[in-house]
Amino acid sequence: MVRPLGFLVGLGFIVALLCAIFTTPLTNEPQAAHAFHKHPRHIALSSDGLFPHWDKAKLQRGMQVYKEVCSACHSLNYVAFRDIAELGYTEGQVKSFAKSFQVPSINPDTGEPATRDGLPSDRFPAPYANEVAARAANNNALPPDLSLITKAREGGKDYLYSLLIGFENPPKNLPKELQPGTGLHYNPYFPNLNLAMAPPLADGQVTFADGSPNDVKAMASDVTAFLVWTAEPKLVKRVWTGWAVLLYLLIFTGLTYMAYRNIWANKEH
Amino acid sequence: MSFPWAKNYEPQQPLMKWLDEKLPLPRLVYNAVGAGYPVPRNLNYFWNFGVLAGAALAIQIITGIVLAMHYAANAGVAFDSVEHIMRDVNAGWFIRYAHMNGASMFFIVVYLHIFRGLYYGSYKAPREMVWLLGVVIFLLMMATAFMGYVLPWGQMSFWGAQVITGFFSAIPVVGEPIRVWLLGGFAPDNAALNRFFSLHYLLPFVIAGVVVLHIWALHIPGSSNPTGIEVKDEQDTVPFHPYYTAKDGFGLGVFLILFVALTFFSPNLLGHADNYIPANPLSTPAHIVPEWYFWPFYAILRAFTFNFLWIDAKLWGVIAMFASIALLFFLPWLDSSPVKSSKYRPLYRIFFWVLVADVFLLGLCGKMPAEQPWVILSQIGAAYYFAHFLIILPIVSRIERPLPMPNSITEAVLAKHAGTSSASATA
Repeated sequence: MVRPLGFLVGLGFIVALLCAIFTTPLTNEPQAAHAFHKHPRHIALSSDGLFPHWDKAKLQRGMQVYKEVCSACHSLNYVAFRDIAELGYTEGQVKSFAKSFQVPSINPDTGEPATRDGLPSDRFPAPYANEVAARAANNNALPPDLSLITKAREGGKDYLYSLLIGFENPPKNLPKELQPGTGLHYNPYFPNLNLAMAPPLADGQVTFADGSPNDVKAMASDVTAFLVWTAEPKLVKRVWTGWAVLLYLLIFTGLTYMAYRNIWANKEH
Repeated sequence: MSFPWAKNYEPQQPLMKWLDEKLPLPRLVYNAVGAGYPVPRNLNYFWNFGVLAGAALAIQIITGIVLAMHYAANAGVAFDSVEHIMRDVNAGWFIRYAHMNGASMFFIVVYLHIFRGLYYGSYKAPREMVWLLGVVIFLLMMATAFMGYVLPWGQMSFWGAQVITGFFSAIPVVGEPIRVWLLGGFAPDNAALNRFFSLHYLLPFVIAGVVVLHIWALHIPGSSNPTGIEVKDEQDTVPFHPYYTAKDGFGLGVFLILFVALTFFSPNLLGHADNYIPANPLSTPAHIVPEWYFWPFYAILRAFTFNFLWIDAKLWGVIAMFASIALLFFLPWLDSSPVKSSKYRPLYRIFFWVLVADVFLLGLCGKMPAEQPWVILSQIGAAYYFAHFLIILPIVSRIERPLPMPNSITEAVLAKHAGTSSASATA
């Protein structure tokens, strides 16, 4: 009984699928943007791979780029000032860095909204009070929070770095419907080629105390390294813990293999 | 249950004697996974995956309980609470990544366990009930994994919940009210998130309960083996402990090495970048893709694009997707061949490997966007999937001429060893 019924059910699905096969067009709708879209360029960082470390000087420069450039529009909601001790700052430096920011607060006497000096336990304050304010200031575009940006985009750090250095004039053969509209900027690494953010970096925009190069590529590389850290501050610790656990497990597994061979030694199987 | 030559539990220590009289729990364990359970001596490494699935379930429950101590099931703060676990909780990043990749590892071992059952005919009499309970566990796992993926409340969580609960709206007339009732709203929101969290915490314990039934049902006929020949006497078997506890211990080590490599070195390899963006009901991701373990079923769902027999294409897709799993319940009766192991089934063996390739093809189609050539490949793949189980398998099991089989497990083992020793002698 099961087999004849199953046969009929199977036949039903197969005929429905055959109808679907012969009614679905075999060509895709042409997507002109594909031809102009570029694959992200690779950026090598010290935090890559199986033996990573944080390049603290580079992360400090990246944080300076974030503070002086990106933070005008982009928040960093998940990062607290205390976290930057990991970038090689002393406790005093963390305190004075936090103090250079004003964070939202309440006036203890009147209960009115107020601001106070930042403390190490505070998060980086957001540039806008809310989404409406952010959109109003940015031609109705919302600048995304950057804390997780290198994990939240296809292509990760490569995509971010490529986007930052990838602004260019639209190619001459770009179809009219793909031309950047008012307030938009052409960037072949962005999924739909045009984004609201203007080219954020210009050569020499940020001056580093250690005299490191400050062309667009160098600054983009530094801020990318910093945002890899903000996305996963435990990345380096994670990989090295992994090696320790792996070493332990290799010894454990070696011993269990010997136990297994020993127990089965006289048993043909 | 079990075989007459199974060892009997004889407690030596006064405390254990006392315990055995009042509550024979040590006896239960001894007979289940101790020396009291005789197991065929010829099991290969594919018989490790049951124990590994149990280990994966235990890891998921333990890491999940710890995560629940720090997670907040509220649409306003769920995403933040996951980042809190990743950044501020002691070793929270490890617990969360272990849980996230533990789900993938669980599905990897369960898929291998299922395909082991398909290759060696483990679903056949007298083990039909073991197979049926296994399919129940698989369904519960899918529900649990889906609801767990919603909890971080990222973009893919939200839109995945939107798509999956949308299945119910394909039911004619009452579909939409059912969807709204299940979600507690018109779209996934706080009500849905809370009930998903509640069920995500409940279902693993239901799975653990069905696992007990699965093992119980297994112990009545005893374990199958690669020859598919039933145990005849004592020399066909070895006691589970120490023989298979040792072998499973080694298997567990290999499993944990792969698990650790994935968790510590590439924890987001199997995830999706969009789930690190907080859920936003106003912004649809370019491609809504489920987790990899759902890809083949997602491909079957999307393969139906034609309103055949006045039934909406969407409803066809939903019915077919559920049918693709539900047909596994009928497998013991669809395959009428008395021979279990594919080792002695030359024709079925070919179709088994075609099915494996077909499932991989469907998986790839489920991953890719709904564009050609993936649409037509998923349609062909889905048609073959149903043809394999509902048409090819019943016919093959009727017309196939099985290869000659040894008389017993011991004979098969000794023949194998005689073969290898003579081969080395001539070399």
